[in-house]
Amino acid sequence: MKNRIEVGKPVGIEVSIAQSEVVAQCDVDVIAAYPITPQTHIVEHLAEIVADGDLDAAFIPVESEHSAMSACVGSSAVGARTFTATCSQGLALMHEILYIASGLRLPIVMSCVNRALSAPINIWGDQSDIMAERDTGWVQIFTENGQEVVDQTICAFRIAEDRRVMLPVIVNLDGFSMSHVIEPIRFYDTKQVRGFVGVYQPPLRLDPAQPMMFGPVGIPEIYTEAKKANDVALIESRQVIEEVWAAFAREFGNAYRALETYRTDDAEYLLLTVGGMSETASVAIDALREQGVKVGQVKLRLWRPFPHDDLAALLGKARGVFVFDRCLSTAGPGGPVASEVKTSLYNLRERPLVVGFIGGLGGRDVTVQQFADMVHKGIGYVAAGAAPVYEMVGVRE
Amino acid sequence: MNETGYGIFAARMLPKDEPFVQGHRACQGCIPALMLRQITKAIGRDLIVCSATGCMEIISSPYPFNAWGVPWIHVAFENAAAVASGVEEGIEVLRRKGRFYTGRKPAVLALGGDGGTMDIGLQALSGALERGTDFVYVCYDNEAYMNTGIQRSSGTPMGASTSTSPAGRVSTGQVTWKKNLAEIGVAHNIPYVATACPSYPFDLMAKVKKAVEVKGPALLHVFAPCPTGWRCDANSGIKLGRLAVESGLFPLFEVVDGQHKISLDPATMRKSSQDPIGEIAGYLFQQGRFRHLKGRDELIQAIQERVRLEWQKLKAKTER
Ligand SMILES: Cc1ncc(C[n+]2csc(CCOP(=O)(O)OP(=O)(O)O)c2C)c(N)n1
Ligand code: SF4
Ligand SMILES: [Mg+2]
Repeated sequence: MKNRIEVGKPVGIEVSIAQSEVVAQCDVDVIAAYPITPQTHIVEHLAEIVADGDLDAAFIPVESEHSAMSACVGSSAVGARTFTATCSQGLALMHEILYIASGLRLPIVMSCVNRALSAPINIWGDQSDIMAERDTGWVQIFTENGQEVVDQTICAFRIAEDRRVMLPVIVNLDGFSMSHVIEPIRFYDTKQVRGFVGVYQPPLRLDPAQPMMFGPVGIPEIYTEAKKANDVALIESRQVIEEVWAAFAREFGNAYRALETYRTDDAEYLLLTVGGMSETASVAIDALREQGVKVGQVKLRLWRPFPHDDLAALLGKARGVFVFDRCLSTAGPGGPVASEVKTSLYNLRERPLVVGFIGGLGGRDVTVQQFADMVHKGIGYVAAGAAPVYEMVGVRE
Repeated sequence: MNETGYGIFAARMLPKDEPFVQGHRACQGCIPALMLRQITKAIGRDLIVCSATGCMEIISSPYPFNAWGVPWIHVAFENAAAVASGVEEGIEVLRRKGRFYTGRKPAVLALGGDGGTMDIGLQALSGALERGTDFVYVCYDNEAYMNTGIQRSSGTPMGASTSTSPAGRVSTGQVTWKKNLAEIGVAHNIPYVATACPSYPFDLMAKVKKAVEVKGPALLHVFAPCPTGWRCDANSGIKLGRLAVESGLFPLFEVVDGQHKISLDPATMRKSSQDPIGEIAGYLFQQGRFRHLKGRDELIQAIQERVRLEWQKLKAKTER
């Protein structure tokens, strides 16, 4: 099992390429994918790895994302470790089958290279695509840099295939600003990675020696129970996710948590971010701290299962929480992250004012200064004791 | 030998095993369900079935009941072929890696109705055929979306009244010609395409067997009367299948590596006429869905003409 890439010390590599290298290290059996910018480099590189004979896998060049996810369901149902990647229109086209993958408890791993949704057509980054899929029953993890993408992809297989979970997992990364950027990334020995993810042992599969049905009709007498079972499995996956992250830290050194914090000690105000723009926001936090503003940052890594209790514990004591969403819930109650954060806090006896900001849509940059402005504005709203339902950042009106 | 010249199946030699069992919820006289019985008998239990949403899925799988003695998966309406691609390619890799399926490779069968195949599932089917998936795709054609209440599909024949192509004061029902699924399959240059009908069980079973044995994609277009949707007697399905084949409305043929071969020539079954194509009125008027065509001789004439034309086109292909 030779390494295709240098291991042990950081090498400069495009994040998409890094993710496909690590998928190959995880010894996937089937990749079924359809190209869409900015996901293309991931599947192209996987096709190359297979073409070079460095990964013994079936690369199924399907004719659509709908068929990509359908083929993934088929291959996972026969017990093959299965990977795909998509985003935006492609993810939307998969929508129908995403529920079925989780409903059939198939541990497919998918990379979602977050991109805006049409119209107008836009190939650049935001999180509208994944937010439309939040209720599909998949474990959903966000990353903020290339190293996290590599690490979380490894963890994803082990989480998905754990007998206590048996659910599909999405690893999110920002389109272009992460996927197409060359970053220093530390890889691990292939043998060690394979040891960590293990060999997939499906508890059930389509097997003539032991026939069974996948996907029968769920009559009203059974549908609710089936859904409840899915819900319990996703909620309880949290325990396994923590275990896998802890094991990963022991094995490879990097530690992960559902909510990452930055300079939150003694913070009265918290800026909550998701994904790659968190790094820009952190720079703003540094600058604000220099000015004496008592602000810290909370980065949401685990989107499903949603870490309600952790959020309540972490944010409950703050005076103001400023949530930055890269998705517009059109004419809704705020960005999806902001409204879920509000939900987590609402039943607390004392709770902070939550202010929702929406920006970074369709690849629009959000600067350090803009993050600082959000904090200042948020503090103003706290002082006034009221805030608009949500506010769009950097928009020409 | 049997009626089509295949000696593989004869009544007393049929396997006794029933991988598709009784107790399912199909209507009385359902020919698609009979087809499943014939197909699974022909293939045996070394089989994985990928079913599209539709009558045959619904009637066979109301949890906790299960009519299938073979592994079976249903995912959605339009994607049986794509699911089968994943199943087949997954099995292939796992065999290669020595993990599972290390004995004989099971046959992979995708199953869709006319709607799930010719309409919403055509893209997935085309993709799987083009990629060379080693599977058998069976379209059971009951000529409408039966599961959702007899709506028209692109397999619904000209003149048929359905719930979305109803006959009315200014309408004669379906106004389009049936899609030629077999030739769509042929256009993909796949090794095996055939039409079949459960009214000719030995022919159907022999074709299924061939389809399984061929390496690469095989497509079977099966004409499968549905008494409920066609508004005919529950005991008339077999007879209607025979009439459709004998009148040339649904010719039985195979295309092996691009070579067309007619399985049953209507002319040989008819005693008197010079015309190889029989009168279709006898077929049409046993079914309520065509009842409104009584007196519409022009339309019946046009249907008859179309049947003749299609038959000639098919015949010409066999003579190439
Ligand atoms: C995406 C989607 N659209 C529509 C439906 C509703 N639907 C389920 S089965 C069906 C008709 C099936 O027709 P056909 O494929 O001909 O099979 P049949 O019921 O006639 O056996 C329809 C429209 C669905 N399940 N999924
Ligand atoms: S509606 Fe037709 S195809 Fe469906 S179960 Fe009844 S007879 Fe069979
Ligand atoms: Mg039908």
